[in-house]
Amino acid sequence: MADILGAPVDEEGFLVNLTDWTKDIAVEMAKGDDIDLSDEHWEVIDFLREYYEEYQIAPAVRVLTKAIGKKMGKDKGNSKYLYSLFPYGPGKQGCRFAGLPKPTGCI
Amino acid sequence: MADEYEVPELPTYIEIPDINEGIMDGEGPFKSSEEFQAPLGFPGEKVENWKEKAIDKMADLKSKYRSVQVFLDMCVKCGACTDKCHYFLGTSDPKNMPVARQDLFRSVYRRYFTFSGKYFPKLVGAKELDDEMLDDWYNYYHQCSQCRRCSVFCPYGIDTAEISMAAREVLDVVGVGQKYCNQILGKAVTVGNNLGLPEPALRDTLVDLEEEVEEDTGVPIKYPLDQKGSEILLVTPSADFFAEPHIDGLIGYGKVFHQDGVTWTLSSYASEAANFGMFIGSYDVMRKAALRIRKAALDLEVSRIIVGECGHAWRVAYSFWNTLSGVGSGASDEFALKLQNQLDSRYPQPQHIIEYTYNLIQEGKIEFDKSENDHRTVTFHDSCNVARATNMGGIPNGQFILPREVIKSVCNNYVDMERGTIMESTFCCGGGGGLLTDDLMEIRIKGAMPRMQALKEVEKSDGVDTLAAICAICKSQFTKVLPKFDFDPYMIVSVHQLVSDAIVLEKPEGSDSEVEESTEVTEE
Repeated sequence: MADILGAPVDEEGFLVNLTDWTKDIAVEMAKGDDIDLSDEHWEVIDFLREYYEEYQIAPAVRVLTKAIGKKMGKDKGNSKYLYSLFPYGPGKQGCRFAGLPKPTGCI
Repeated sequence: MADEYEVPELPTYIEIPDINEGIMDGEGPFKSSEEFQAPLGFPGEKVENWKEKAIDKMADLKSKYRSVQVFLDMCVKCGACTDKCHYFLGTSDPKNMPVARQDLFRSVYRRYFTFSGKYFPKLVGAKELDDEMLDDWYNYYHQCSQCRRCSVFCPYGIDTAEISMAAREVLDVVGVGQKYCNQILGKAVTVGNNLGLPEPALRDTLVDLEEEVEEDTGVPIKYPLDQKGSEILLVTPSADFFAEPHIDGLIGYGKVFHQDGVTWTLSSYASEAANFGMFIGSYDVMRKAALRIRKAALDLEVSRIIVGECGHAWRVAYSFWNTLSGVGSGASDEFALKLQNQLDSRYPQPQHIIEYTYNLIQEGKIEFDKSENDHRTVTFHDSCNVARATNMGGIPNGQFILPREVIKSVCNNYVDMERGTIMESTFCCGGGGGLLTDDLMEIRIKGAMPRMQALKEVEKSDGVDTLAAICAICKSQFTKVLPKFDFDPYMIVSVHQLVSDAIVLEKPEGSDSEVEESTEVTEE
């Protein structure tokens, strides 16, 4: 099984054990996707982790955009902005960096 | 992650491609592991005596489903289906010709279940079931979206989807399952939806949504959860809670219910319309998922069940719920009978949300300001399972007529795509049948080509800039593939988003939304 900084990841690059997550792992995952994590990225990652902690699932896109809009300004509370941060999707790429399981379904 | 695939060119006319043997050879999508197989009762990995088990399962299917045997026996290789599959047109792999894909299963069936195949296999194209064949099954039966376009053109009406489903069921039984479908099914039959969205998250998401809609409209529209004694239970794909553009469709359903003044509810126990049990061909798993809806309907004491915008869900609901769970008539166990007595026989059970909205429009119960959609020119994508396996409104071709009538009631600018690519001949979005996963992105992009081609033509001729659909899978698939073909990914919308944007809402007495809106602006 592949790993990132010693933490095993599945075939889609998601952490197998969510407790393995560290900030360094997020940075390393982002590097692999040619992304330098900025403060804006971290705002999203932190929110994803907080939400997951409470609900055991990633937030719905609308919940995420609303929360980011509140934190970072209304012009940023939309999925276009989030896609500019996470080109593979705030849900999938964002969750991977944040150490959450991959959201799957008809999405 | 950064895999880039060759995106097919969009021709003015679709031509039958020159074949490229083996171009889509491969290992297929990620395989399911013990973790996802076990909850569904399938072995965690390829079993030792897999060949024996596979043949046994084929015999079982042959005895249970007369249709499968008929379809396997009757093909005359006329070739009418060869160029009807979007995956063949998009990939040029001859094994994606429906007849050739079916033959992977049919040749094995011949070898073990027919006289000529047992004794003169070479003469009748009968083949051994070996590892290589099983690998081919896994790879190519996950390049079929079970859309059944080929069946429309088959002079014998052979249903390729049923053969794909049978093959996938055999694969599951020998421990070679697909991760995407089986992981999702595990969540659907334990948590109650494909996403694994637990009740508190669903509840808070809906509360958030209510706030947002009231802010936008000035009308307190509710999105109720687990409200016992409501008239209507809405069963909708969980993507409607979670994803974009889906959620704008959910907002639309709520507005329509609000205007009609009915009581309605969602269920946290059965918060999913989709039923991937059909994709993997497993009756047992499909029934398990369907029974959650029955339990929810009984517990909540509703008198009507309405299904949201989800393509294969409507097929399962329309065609199978009656015998699977007793919604409609057919099943005769205690709970099915109880439900049949409980549901109001003055309404179709189940009913599609499009039928519901269409009826309200006919009765003049809801009004629209069509100019709200004047910035769009809309076309409608018929989703395969709705188009080729169901009906709406109880009139011939109602499944094509009703959604278009709803759209035309809320939009001034509507254009259909080329006739050979819509209605019963609709091209799949490319992501149906359990293929909506990142590890199948190549086939999803290539298979989307014929739909994208027809869309490009109406974009050129009529300036179409909005694509409306009534299926969660279609909506998600289009969001991903549209940009590959130089379209705006945000052009895909729910039909009920168009409804939502144009519906005239009755404001609560004494409120004046204009004033409220302007106060809000000054506060900022």
